[in-house]
Amino acid sequence: MTQAVAAAGGDDTFPKLLNRNARVWADRPAIREKDLGIWQTWTWAQVHEEVRAFAAGLSELGLKKGDKVAIVGSNKPRLYWTMAAVQSVGAIPVPVYQDAVAAEMVFVLQHAEARFAVVQDQEQVDKLLSLSDDLKDLERIIYDEERGLKDYDHSRLHPFADVQAIGRKKLEADPKAGEALDASIAAGKGSDIAVILYTSGTTGQPKGVMLSFDNTVISAKLACEFDNLTEDDEVLAYLPMAWVGDHIFSYAESYWSGFCVACPESADTMLQDLREIGPTYFFSPPRIFENLLTTVMIRMEDAGALKKKMFHYFLAVARRAGEKILNGEPVPFSDRVLYGIGRLLVYEPLKNVLGLSRMRVGYTAGEAIGPEIFRFYRSLGLNLKQLYGQTEASVFVTVQPDGEIRADTVGKPAPEVEIKIDDSGEVLYRSPGVFVGYYKNEEATQSTKTPEGWVHTGDAGFFDHEGHLRIIDRAKDVGHLTGGTLFAPKYIENKLKFFPNIKEAVAFGHERDFVTVMLNIDLVAVGSWAERNNVSYASYQELAGLPEVYEMLEAHVLDVNRDLSAEPRMAGSQIHRFLILHKELDADDGELTRTQKVRRTFIADKYEPLITALYDGSKEQDIETEVTFEDGRKGAIKARVQIRDVEIFGGDVQREAAE
Amino acid sequence: MRAPDDGQAAGETMLAVDNITLSFGGVRAIRNVSFDIMKGEIRAIIGPNGAGKTSMLNVINGFYHPQEGLISFRGQERRRMKPYEAANQGIARTFQNVALFRGMTTLDNIMAGRTLKMHRGFFWQCLHWGPALAEEVENRHKVEEIIDFLEIQAIRKTPVGRLPYGLQKRVELARALAMEPDLLLLDEPMAGMNLEEKEDMSRFILDVNQQLGTTIALIEHDMGVVMDLSDRVVVLDHGEKIADGIPADVQANQDVIDAYLGVAH
Repeated sequence: MTQAVAAAGGDDTFPKLLNRNARVWADRPAIREKDLGIWQTWTWAQVHEEVRAFAAGLSELGLKKGDKVAIVGSNKPRLYWTMAAVQSVGAIPVPVYQDAVAAEMVFVLQHAEARFAVVQDQEQVDKLLSLSDDLKDLERIIYDEERGLKDYDHSRLHPFADVQAIGRKKLEADPKAGEALDASIAAGKGSDIAVILYTSGTTGQPKGVMLSFDNTVISAKLACEFDNLTEDDEVLAYLPMAWVGDHIFSYAESYWSGFCVACPESADTMLQDLREIGPTYFFSPPRIFENLLTTVMIRMEDAGALKKKMFHYFLAVARRAGEKILNGEPVPFSDRVLYGIGRLLVYEPLKNVLGLSRMRVGYTAGEAIGPEIFRFYRSLGLNLKQLYGQTEASVFVTVQPDGEIRADTVGKPAPEVEIKIDDSGEVLYRSPGVFVGYYKNEEATQSTKTPEGWVHTGDAGFFDHEGHLRIIDRAKDVGHLTGGTLFAPKYIENKLKFFPNIKEAVAFGHERDFVTVMLNIDLVAVGSWAERNNVSYASYQELAGLPEVYEMLEAHVLDVNRDLSAEPRMAGSQIHRFLILHKELDADDGELTRTQKVRRTFIADKYEPLITALYDGSKEQDIETEVTFEDGRKGAIKARVQIRDVEIFGGDVQREAAE
Repeated sequence: MRAPDDGQAAGETMLAVDNITLSFGGVRAIRNVSFDIMKGEIRAIIGPNGAGKTSMLNVINGFYHPQEGLISFRGQERRRMKPYEAANQGIARTFQNVALFRGMTTLDNIMAGRTLKMHRGFFWQCLHWGPALAEEVENRHKVEEIIDFLEIQAIRKTPVGRLPYGLQKRVELARALAMEPDLLLLDEPMAGMNLEEKEDMSRFILDVNQQLGTTIALIEHDMGVVMDLSDRVVVLDHGEKIADGIPADVQANQDVIDAYLGVAH
């Protein structure tokens, strides 16, 4: 039925939607980019022209219907235009994570059989050229930024602008070229494959998820209706283009509802650009919200005593009353007045600094967000909601409706999504957004998607009494201590990560006597603390090993234990011992996925001596680890890591008892 | 943003120092040293501590005045010159110890590098609108190009005192580039940096040389960097030149090996 709705408008593909947008919203902004310190804007009419020129140029270079085009780079207008241009020709865009090291990129490009690649700059060109022996299918590389590429062999290399120039010339000289392009756009239909997105996956090789236009266009339409998104909204596109979230939010929804997408100046300026743009609709993994909070807390440490006091007083008011006011629940009159004053003095200025003043709807997804972090933003009056989604679902599985926000649930089924929980507790769903299949991987498709269209999520969860879905953890990550106590690692880790000083935490405990954690300090937060306290250090490794830092983190771990001891189901999984890792967990070393999720089993293998030491009672342990530098070279770092015991709360869960 | 065309072709001698001797009282910092820098090349000056490398740079940009010898820049001979005259002629430099205005933002520091390019007087500056503003906008555009070139957009408005050392070095390079120099003198651009910062800096130095066509003379201790980056190397030891040539030859030179390993003199 939904297919019929989209088809009724006739605009069932993005190239067709672009034609419509150029007609309806010709002079409205479509995309912005900050260049040389100034925001540049393109209207829908201009985008339409740019995309057509590039599409015609691609055809001239020999791109055919059904070909794959890899897109590698950070969020840039030209790369977004590439998607529409490639789709106009009937070919399929394959966005790739731009920070992937060469070896990771080989797999995706080989598997997708990409004939063309459109990349951002010299770094990506170098990467692809260094792989040319392995990439026999790759014929041409088109690049956006010319810097440093002047003296390269240009037999296979083309600047983006040159390809557009070829296209423009062709369109001008030969009316048939325009007609052919129009025909190719008109021939596109909803059931065609729109995009192949490779999932980074916490285990195994990436899989290419094929999404059709029906999947993506309908998901975008439903989401826009759900949150009343219109052409007046504005978003900041800063998440990897290869991630389904960015594809739906910054591309599909923008084309559907006509809102403007702003591209940051560079990856590092994201927070400043956020403030300048003030998006009305904001989508972000928990990590960004954690970083924002950390930055705020650090800066408050530098503020005067009066401001600090005011800040903390009103934050307490907000914690007490803010969320209730947002949810429309009854609140004492005095709190309402205080909240009003707080809004004037603290909340609004704070939101302004964060760039969230204009935010109507904000989503966090990709990973469970710590309840404390979630409540912090909600209590300021920000309509931050959680959603639960997957690449295979074109993002949406469940969404929290306005006014029904809980920190510990992921909401109700999104529009037109059916959900069921199987006997093992795994969540399954069926929706119009469900993917067509994994590219060239029939086996994986069959094990994930049933013939009736149900998709296995791999997550364990249950519906609570209000009909909200709760996700406990990855189905395979939830375990038990030897005493039989439930062990949900992510739950513990999220509690730890709420402290600005802790960037990453990895908890162990499955089939062990007690829970232990490895911590990563947050260099920004702890570095700033060190500066304020005249603690000198030469490297990350030295800072992480300082006794003062251990003292500080031990206090945090104690707080978490106190918290855990108050929850009957979790009291048994208090942290008995911890250590601070001597290096930052890094995706380049395989310890995190490209979307920055912890790869638990990999870490357990790599730091095996440390884990043994965590459980055998030693006070310190030597470790040597391999690190990968940005250019792919390897090196090793050695360290002696200290291990500390932590006090446990509550009588019956003493470590002695567990042994 | 390319270095201005001075009528010289790549490979012509841009700067020549001839029999330079520099003494401080009885200390002879540089003794009879001669070498040249050709347009478009990256020329490294290396040597053990106290060899007179930084003194040599100070002589080139007019901060020290040698007692003997001549320097010719683009064929023009001179012995005494004030640093600002050197700057006016197109010689810019960075310092071994970062010498930035710590309280000012990155942007202001780089704008300071364009002082010589801005000519409106006190009156117009006070009025601000009109010619002074137009001039500032024009110069700001150049500065933004440099910020983009060195990828320091994120710290545009950050006071440099708050930046990590590696970034301060980059800001200093940016300020030197703001002068659109023909000859850029870099005094240990990578001192105190970690491996990744060094790689970044090397990339930027190569880009400056290739993209902007700027001639570069640098002092550096990291031999890996020197061998990879430079076209020619001159080696100083105790104020004297002991070798001069392409990196591979210099590396194989017995005198150089002795100087670095510290054989008794």
